[in-house]
Amino acid sequence: MARAFEPVVISANDLFDGRVIYLSGKDEWVSQLQQAQLITDEGQAKDRMAQALALSDRAVGVFLAPAKAGPNGPEPGHPREAFRAQGPSNYFHGKQAEDA
Amino acid sequence: MYHHSEFDRAFVVDRAQRFRDQVNRRISGALTEEEFRPLRLMNGVYLQLHAYMLRVAIPYGSINPDQLRQLALIADRWDKGYGHFTTRQNIQFNWPKLVDIPDMLDALAAVGMHAIQTSGNTIRNVTADHFAGASADEIADPRPYAELIRQWSTDHPEFQFLPRKFKIAISGSPNDRAVVKSHDIGLRMIEQDGQPGFEVSVGGGLGRTPLVGQVIRDFLPATDLLPYLESILSAYNTVGRRDNKYKARLKIAVLELGIDHIRDLTEARFAEIRPQFDGTDQQILAQIAAQFSAPTLVDGRGTAEYDAARAADPVFRSWSDTNLHAHRHPDYAIATISLKKHGSTPGDASSAQMRLIADLAERFGQGDIRISHEQNVVLPHVHKADLAALHAALREADLATANLGLISDIIACPGLDYCALATARSIPIAQQIATRFDELKLEHEIGEMKIKISGCINACGHHHVGHIGILGLDRAGVENYQVTLGGDATETMAVGERAGPGFSKDEIIPAIERLVGAYLDIREDASETFIEAYRRLGPDPFKAALYPQKEAA
Ligand code: HEM
Ligand code: SF4
Repeated sequence: MARAFEPVVISANDLFDGRVIYLSGKDEWVSQLQQAQLITDEGQAKDRMAQALALSDRAVGVFLAPAKAGPNGPEPGHPREAFRAQGPSNYFHGKQAEDA
Repeated sequence: MYHHSEFDRAFVVDRAQRFRDQVNRRISGALTEEEFRPLRLMNGVYLQLHAYMLRVAIPYGSINPDQLRQLALIADRWDKGYGHFTTRQNIQFNWPKLVDIPDMLDALAAVGMHAIQTSGNTIRNVTADHFAGASADEIADPRPYAELIRQWSTDHPEFQFLPRKFKIAISGSPNDRAVVKSHDIGLRMIEQDGQPGFEVSVGGGLGRTPLVGQVIRDFLPATDLLPYLESILSAYNTVGRRDNKYKARLKIAVLELGIDHIRDLTEARFAEIRPQFDGTDQQILAQIAAQFSAPTLVDGRGTAEYDAARAADPVFRSWSDTNLHAHRHPDYAIATISLKKHGSTPGDASSAQMRLIADLAERFGQGDIRISHEQNVVLPHVHKADLAALHAALREADLATANLGLISDIIACPGLDYCALATARSIPIAQQIATRFDELKLEHEIGEMKIKISGCINACGHHHVGHIGILGLDRAGVENYQVTLGGDATETMAVGERAGPGFSKDEIIPAIERLVGAYLDIREDASETFIEAYRRLGPDPFKAALYPQKEAA
């Protein structure tokens, strides 16, 4: 039996500054994971990935990042994604500092 | 200090200019990422989790005050005010913008520094003993040889596309402080009939297949160095596997084909090419050696002030007990500045700290600064009479931690806080171990202890050769830490043995505490170090401490 499809978001790093970015449902690259489009089935993931690659002028290393649904939008589905969404844990740098 | 030639400067300025063009072409869309990636890697530019990272070589760990100030300026202007010193004697900036990197490379070029060959399948930054030119046990300064290797390997057409990255390390003393046997080629200086030469080992490496380098030549006269290195590389270019990235390192060829086969290939090649070396390399070596201005060591100043300060100030005494090493001149000391204050990120220095170290090196250390593979900073030539003043100045800047070689002097790679390849974090584990043993006030009681932590199997944090090694893994989306025991990073290099199942991030610190507690209980006396006790007793009592429930069951 095929494994259930685990939800994902489309993510990449910004070409100019390397910042983590996500693809929103409006075909925009956004900074916040919560604004990303959560993708819950495989066919949609394939389609959106193809669209993302066409929109990748400023996006480097486009990939499907594990995510899960949360009350305010997608949440990280893996520790790696949690750090990407937030920044490092040894300094208050990266996205966690930008939100403040 | 070594003074770079005009040729070198022209070369790095040119490379920075070329990279500026490449960045512009990438941003305009003329280059795709696939085309650009190898170009940026050739210039030390990685893409990590949160940002780009720029890796700058500090050849054989030697840096002068102006260069260090320039790194501080770069950190302030284009990064977040700090830099991370690594086990490969590089500095990494974690937050540069791609568009700023050409300016950063220009700023580096202005002081003769660069990021060339810090990446890619080339001969990487040659690493060396951080006490080179200073230590009491040294046969000869290894840095002129390291510089000769650097000049010979930089942009060498035959060695730009090796099967895989290639690392060379060199030690000027039979006591290996450069972990030479963990490198593709390790050079350990020894003497035969009063002549300096090298014990040459090949095929060492860490990563997913940790291997101790094997001796290919017991004694290589120093004058044969370049032709011999070229012969090894030539053999490697022939037999190194290009079909599989994980099998491409020289160590795999040595493992699969045997050291005797590699030796035969090397020696055959050596017989061919040795005659082609007409002595020019030795002239260049002599010129290089002359460029390393020797420190002016003064006699007769005495060490009374030092002795008095030690008697008067217990904090200074503690620091001088741990952070000093024997200099070849009895009135001098090698002073190590710890970048491992308890709870801080191992190897990080702020721009203010870099500037202070640069100033202190000028005031007290003949302008000579080294970066050690253990992620600390070394002032190799300090007169003992100046040590108390040096220590007082370091204290002001949180740089006087007296923990060299102790349990909180931990090597840790960037791990999952930064690295795109990581499977778990390393930095917080290092921070918590250091903080915990500081709270317990046990650090000095425990004595010599090398803990080394990597955030994935690539082993950038040298965990295989830690007395206690910690490897961070990903177990079904949860950070998990595997412990290895009995590793050794010296001339008696050994790869640690896996102790058993891994620990969660909450279990690992108590596990280390149990392990160290067991050592304190079973050592013969305070002079028996952890690694000595481990060698005497074997792993069983240590495993029992790590996994107590198993014993009970
Ligand atoms: C972007 C960050 C980094 C990447 C992508 C990276 C990548 C790698 C990889 C893939 C290996 C395994 C090589 C092999 O087994 O063939 C490796 C080994 C190694 N790296 Fe890193 N590394 C990074 C950061 C660092 C840092 C920060 C240090 C120093 C603290 C370092 C020092 C080393 C060392 C000492 C080894 C093992 C020696 C060897 O067998 O080559 N690396 N690295
Ligand atoms: S050991 Fe792994 S996690 Fe650590 S720096 Fe190297 S590649 Fe990254």
